This record gives sequence, C-alpha cells and structure tokens, in this order.
Amino acid sequence: MSIIVEEIAKQIGKELPHLEAGLTYFENPSPSEQHSILVESDNLVEVMTYLRDTSGLEFDFLSNVSGVDWPEGEVAEKITIEKSEGESEEGAEDKEQEEKKPAGGFLEVVYHLYSMARKEGPLVLRARTKDRGVNNAVASVTPVYRSAEFQEREAFDLFGIDFTGHPDLRRILMWDEFEDSPMRKDYVNPDDYEYEPTPHADTLKRAEAHYPQSEAEQVESKDEQAESTD
Amino acid sequence: MSVKENILSKPTLETGADEDQLLRVSLGPQHPSTHGVFRMNVMLDGETVVSLKPVFGYLHRNHEKIAENIPYLSSMPYTDRLDYLCPLSNNLAYALSVEKLAGIEVPERAEYIRIITSELTRVMNHTVFMGFFLGDLGAWGSALMYAFREREKLFDLIEELTGARMMTNYMRFGGCRNDLPVGWIEKTKAFVDGYDSFLDEMESLTLGNEILLARTQNIGQVSQELMINAGITGPMLRASGVPYDIRKVDSYGIYDRFDFKIPYGEKGDCYDRMMIRFLEMRESIKILKQAISDIPEGDYVNPKIKSSKFKAKPGEAYGRVEGPKGELGFHLISDGGPNPYRYHVRPPSFVNLTLIEDMCLGLDLADVVVILGSVDIVLGEVDR
Repeated sequence: MSIIVEEIAKQIGKELPHLEAGLTYFENPSPSEQHSILVESDNLVEVMTYLRDTSGLEFDFLSNVSGVDWPEGEVAEKITIEKSEGESEEGAEDKEQEEKKPAGGFLEVVYHLYSMARKEGPLVLRARTKDRGVNNAVASVTPVYRSAEFQEREAFDLFGIDFTGHPDLRRILMWDEFEDSPMRKDYVNPDDYEYEPTPHADTLKRAEAHYPQSEAEQVESKDEQAESTD
Repeated sequence: MSVKENILSKPTLETGADEDQLLRVSLGPQHPSTHGVFRMNVMLDGETVVSLKPVFGYLHRNHEKIAENIPYLSSMPYTDRLDYLCPLSNNLAYALSVEKLAGIEVPERAEYIRIITSELTRVMNHTVFMGFFLGDLGAWGSALMYAFREREKLFDLIEELTGARMMTNYMRFGGCRNDLPVGWIEKTKAFVDGYDSFLDEMESLTLGNEILLARTQNIGQVSQELMINAGITGPMLRASGVPYDIRKVDSYGIYDRFDFKIPYGEKGDCYDRMMIRFLEMRESIKILKQAISDIPEGDYVNPKIKSSKFKAKPGEAYGRVEGPKGELGFHLISDGGPNPYRYHVRPPSFVNLTLIEDMCLGLDLADVVVILGSVDIVLGEVDR
C-alpha cells in the first residue's frame, strides 16, 4: 500500500536529469506519513506525464487538487483617504491611515496522485507560485489529467491561482462578476453580501436632483435608504 | 501531439449547421430532473446536443472557509450537509482524515458500528437513486415512493441511533458519539434480512421494462481510459469495467475482514450504472449481515481522545472513503492550532461531472437527463 516518496523523487531526478534541480523532497511530520515532492511549476507537466506513463509507476489517477494560501508576515501600508463629497470643504483634509496587508508568501497547489493499475498511493506533489500578487501562475495539468479541469477552476476561483495552459479557465463556484479570492487568508468579508448596485439605484439618485428636499427630509430618506440596502 | 493526448482532450462536435441554426437551451437550475440547483447550457442542432456547459455554484456557501474558522469537531455537523443523502459516510470520511492527521486509534466496536452505518447509508443512497433515476426516465412517482418507503424504515433506524434522520453528526475522532441503543441491532437485523425481498421486487419491476432498456442501453458511454484519467470514481467507474473500490484498495477501517465482491460492468452505459447499484446493494447487505453477527462488546469511542478541545500537531493528511457516489476525500493541513489551517473536500459528485459533456455530445436532449441521472449527483456536495 505505502509507497516511498523519496525513492520516486530520486527516480524522477535520475530519469529526467534536467529536472533534478527543481525537485525538493518534503517530510510530513504528521503520523499520516504522506510525504511530498515540491515540483517547480515549469516542470510540472513533464513530471506528471512521466509519472503517468512510466511502467512501474503508472499514477494514472489524479484524485485531488487543492489550493493552499501561505501568506508571510504583514506590512503596514499608508493609504490616503480622500475627503468625501458631503463634508464641508474647510474642515475636511485628506486623511492618512495605516492598513496592514500581508506581504510575501506564496500560493500552493497540492496534488494527490493514485495508481489504479497498481492500486497504490497517494503520491503527494506540490507546486508553488512565485508570490501572491502578480506572479500567481502555476502550470495547468489538465492536458495530462482531465480530472484537474474543474478542480483547477475551483482553485482559480477561490484562491486566484492562474493556471497557465488550462483550456477553459473561468470562475466555477462564485459568479462571473465576482472580484476577489474568498479562500485567501486575508480575505475580508463584505458587510453586506447581498448588495449589488442596480440601474434603479442610479435612477433614484438622478431623480433626487429634480426634487430638492428639505434637510429634515434628506436625513429621513437617507435612513430609509440605509434600511433598504441592509 | 501523441494519440493518447488526443483522446484526453476536450471534445467538440461539428454537425455542419450554421451558428444561427443552433438553439440554446438552459436546462435548470430550477427543474426536477437536475437534482437540485444545477444548470446546463446546451446548444442544440435540432434534437442533437452540440455543446454542453455545466454551471455550478447556486448552492455555494464556502464550506471550506467556514471550517477553517472553527475547531475541528465543529465541522462535523457541516459535513452532514455536503451529501445530505448519505451523511454518515461524510462523517466517517472526515473522522478518518482527522484520525490520519493525528494518528488516533479506533476501538474494535466503533469500527463495526462505522461499517454498519456506512453500509446502511450506501443502501439508502442507492435505493433513493433508483427512485430518482426512474423518475428521470418518466416513471415519476411510483418508483420514488417505493424507494422512499424503504428509506423511511432506514431513517427510523438512523434516528434511533443518532437522534436525527438526516443531519446525523454521529462520528467522533476515535469512534462514534454514542453506543448502539438497546435492541437496535435486532431491529437492523430484521431490516437487513427483509431487504433482499425488496430488491427482488424492485428488480422485477424495472429491469425487464422495454422503455427502460431502450432509454438506457448504449447511452452515455465513455472509454475506460478517459474515465480513469478524468478521475471518475464509484459506481460510474465500475460500470465501465474498472474494478476499483477503495474499500478493497485501502481497506480502511476493518473492511479486509469481510467477504464481499466488487461488481463491475462491461459497457459503461446508463443501464450498467443502474445495474451496478443493484448489485452493490446486495453486496452491502452481505457485509451488513456479517458485521451484525460479529459485532463485539467494548468501547464505542477511544477514551483517550478529547474531541472537544482537539488539536493536531503540524502536518497534513489526505483521507478518503468509498462513499456511495465515489471517492470522498478530505485534505487537512494543521499548523498546530485548534482550527485546521486548510480543510479541503474532494467531493465525488463534483469530479464525476467532469465528463458530462463528453457523455452527452451527439445524443438527444432527452438523453442528457438520463445521463445526468445516472451520474447521481447531490448539489450540496458539488457546490459546497
């Protein structure tokens, strides 16, 4: 049942010597003893193809793909908040505020491979992005394993990992217009999940200009609006 | 590109029809045959399916994010709501993964209780599948009522054991929440002994039916190689002729002690998928009979484990079980804290839908409903 991950890592390094530098063996301290191999993103497709097609390994079944977020430390960033329109021009000045944002770190994709032919597994592979910002790409393994298709779309949707080479990379669980990665550790829940700006809201605002209200009424209507958006 | 990669690439179908001759049909999300809130955007040339794009997420609640913000044990009731037709196997899969992560041993009696409950769940799921599947074929009502009659008996047993019909929250790390009630084993034995006669009745009602044969045979076939490559598991895979059952392969728990066979099909069409589930129920009944006669006295939970203030050492684990729908896995990463650092569900229904387009291309719209029925999905698990 159990496979020796270290030896498989050595075998890959031996058979594909140009990839040896990109392989790292990871010990898992947990009693599950599921050790893993970290593969450089560029080599991922080649390594997976090798694992799938080599007799004696035959990892023909990619069971699970999961994204993991590993942020590292925090940096304080100064953000300038512009004066809002409602405030009188004399009293209001641009405010500076400190906001903590996670910096560094990386996103990780963990693959669990099994061999149906030899009834063995799991072999755990991992791949990492360069950072959590712009360089968030990992090679897609969908051309090698079709089972990754939806699971990579899920990791793209919830973690914002960009799978290069995926045939159909779209959001899958969240709606298409959503703009964030909810499974990241620094994701902030919105105050109101249900609020969506509608054309109707714009029309109401424009209508207000035609019917000037007294100050008391304005306060009232603002309260009403706040209630209705809640 | 090699031939192998061509087989595995995404399919397309050219019918030669102009684009403005194609009809776009949105199947779902509110339609009884979509088994919940699942939507398919289908392009039709006449009656022939030219492309099919599944749309997910109507039941998405970010189960995984919730689980990362609460202690390990608190996620147990949430797992009931993944595949709400078989909560006990979901509980088992999660408990098993945590036990792998922390290296917890399970007492003998608890292992037996787990086998009994998860096999009862399999019987329950497959019975209800028969009802829904025949409903999809147009036999709406009667078949489902026969299936629900049996499920109601099972619900009575499960309610007596766990206190709830569907939302069981029964497994604990290192065992189960409570011992079997007095007289429960006898009632279960009576139910199990009588189940073969129900299966005979159901089989005689369905299997020879001409309409059923015409609508399910040679429908929705995919090559074995593609099935494995696309990670299809459970009855779907075995119907295509791959005898891969995690109960045998991993022999988690004490499955290696029981005598049962893995039924597998030949053609991999919808008829085979239905037959496999009949045969699997018979095998589950066999396991249940053995487990009921062998169950020992003893602890129902490992007394050393404190579930409520549970913490795991840093590390990760992937645990999986053969759920009624396929491989249900939990990938857990611990950073040593009271909450899991990462909690990922590998739902069988979600991955089994990977090939839905491949199976439906070139067939009629009416076949799409049959094929979706034969995949056997529950949206609580697909969307999480």
